[in-house]
Amino acid sequence: MIEVINLTRYYGSFAALEGLSFSIDQGQIIGLLGLNGAGKSTTLKILAGLLTPSEGTVRFNGVDITENPDSVRAQIGFLPEDPPLYRDMTVVAFLKHIGQLKGMSAKQVKARLPEVIELAQLKGRENQVIGTLSHGYRKRVGIAQAVIHDPKLVILDEPISGLDPKQIVGMREVIRGLAKGRAVIVSSHILSEISQTADRILVINDGKLAAEGTEAELASKAGRGDQRVILTVKGDQAALNKFLEEKPGVLTVTPRPSKRAGFAAAIVDLKDDSVRDSLVHDVVRAGFVVWLLEAPEDELEEIFLGLTKEVA
Amino acid sequence: MRNALLIARRDLSAYLNGYVGYVIFFLILLGEGLFFNFFALGNGAQYSHDVLQGFFELAFGFTIAAGIFLTMFSITTEFGQRTDVLLTTSPVRDHEIIAGKYIAAMSMITLLTVLSIYMPALIFVNGKVSLSHIGVGYVGVLCVGSVAVSIGIFGSSLFRSDAMWISALTSLLAGLIAAFLIFAFILLWWIAQKTDPPFAPILEYAALFDQQYQPFMEGRLRSTGLVFYGSLSFVFLTLATRMLSMRRWS
Repeated sequence: MIEVINLTRYYGSFAALEGLSFSIDQGQIIGLLGLNGAGKSTTLKILAGLLTPSEGTVRFNGVDITENPDSVRAQIGFLPEDPPLYRDMTVVAFLKHIGQLKGMSAKQVKARLPEVIELAQLKGRENQVIGTLSHGYRKRVGIAQAVIHDPKLVILDEPISGLDPKQIVGMREVIRGLAKGRAVIVSSHILSEISQTADRILVINDGKLAAEGTEAELASKAGRGDQRVILTVKGDQAALNKFLEEKPGVLTVTPRPSKRAGFAAAIVDLKDDSVRDSLVHDVVRAGFVVWLLEAPEDELEEIFLGLTKEVA
Repeated sequence: MRNALLIARRDLSAYLNGYVGYVIFFLILLGEGLFFNFFALGNGAQYSHDVLQGFFELAFGFTIAAGIFLTMFSITTEFGQRTDVLLTTSPVRDHEIIAGKYIAAMSMITLLTVLSIYMPALIFVNGKVSLSHIGVGYVGVLCVGSVAVSIGIFGSSLFRSDAMWISALTSLLAGLIAAFLIFAFILLWWIAQKTDPPFAPILEYAALFDQQYQPFMEGRLRSTGLVFYGSLSFVFLTLATRMLSMRRWS
């Protein structure tokens, strides 16, 4: 659906993007991950038709966006980090205006509005002036304006920034809902968020594609093995370490002393899923009481830092 | 044209839903009314024709001021509030954006002009003027308004800042630049008086006041004036479009 081929963008002599290539299919949610200045925003702006590439092309269903920008723009919805809103307008008046700017007739916008209001979870706020809405609702209006014309590609730059935990949960639902029948690109610096919403993650570093894949694939590329878990048991730390080190398929064991007396814990890298399948069974058979088996919370952050370090 | 009208409708609603448009209208009508009372009507007896001419002379300055005040924020605010993204990611051409801004501001100028009609109407209390004189005078006022609006939009297109407070400053700067350009075009008339041919007639033709505006003030409709003001508006609107295109791809 969207092919990004050898995308390069210079600001003066500085290369913000260098030979970036990737593709996106319909129905996919792509997570764009990168440190500040990595080239995320430049990539999104080029895809949204706000910037032209210095070199390379972006094809949207086979059409080059620089050769036919108007027809492509009509099929793209864009939400920047700060939602662009006319704050003196009501939600409905604003969405009608944007829909018509995107090429829809007044009749088409009117017919589409209920669906968009529901999708962006704006029910009850239709006639409220945008300037009086909370930050979370303004983000939703931002999303609604990005999808009012039923675009094939939706680009969301940091959609959850500034939202409280409850709003974040709501926004995740909205983003997942967007992927039905269209492609969605989400950029975020909150890495755990990317892993929760995206089907595939693109890691950009210094204007280049550092890695691409699912969270598990990225972990594998970062040399982390297929599985990393934290195992907490009732028992002695030294005995747990010894047992794990001797178990076939366990790659590394990093002791992680528990704060509670009588408990032991370790971060364990496993060779593959089959080792994970048998881990709890074997630990119990060895006489330990399994208290907790969990994935490390900072997994994605570590993978990301590892990948960006590799490229640098 | 459809997109230009959509943008114009949006800008018009911003003028009328906020307080800026009303403040500008209030100040311009107040100033124009006071000046009309003190200077155009005066104390002594005057011919109705002269009073009307005096009114259109005042309207020249006040319409220019209104044109600048209405447009100095027009594009800088879009950048400041980052709503320019809504326009640049839509299938809207740069000339449609500028045309929309122009139509909205000209609608406001037209409304302002209509609201000032009580002043020429007052002449009928003690005198008599022809309706065609009033009509032609107002055509001149709208022509000058068109130039002021075009130069104001051009001034506003010169700056781009994503920060709201900087965009407020750049709006003021845009207004000052527009005022300076208009003042320079008026000043050409004075320079023409101090210059010898062949430059004098050229400068006189290019000046915003006198040769081009005088006939309108006197109730004489001349195509040269319409062409002059139309061309000047077109040039500055084209320059504003170019500025917008440059910023879009920079």
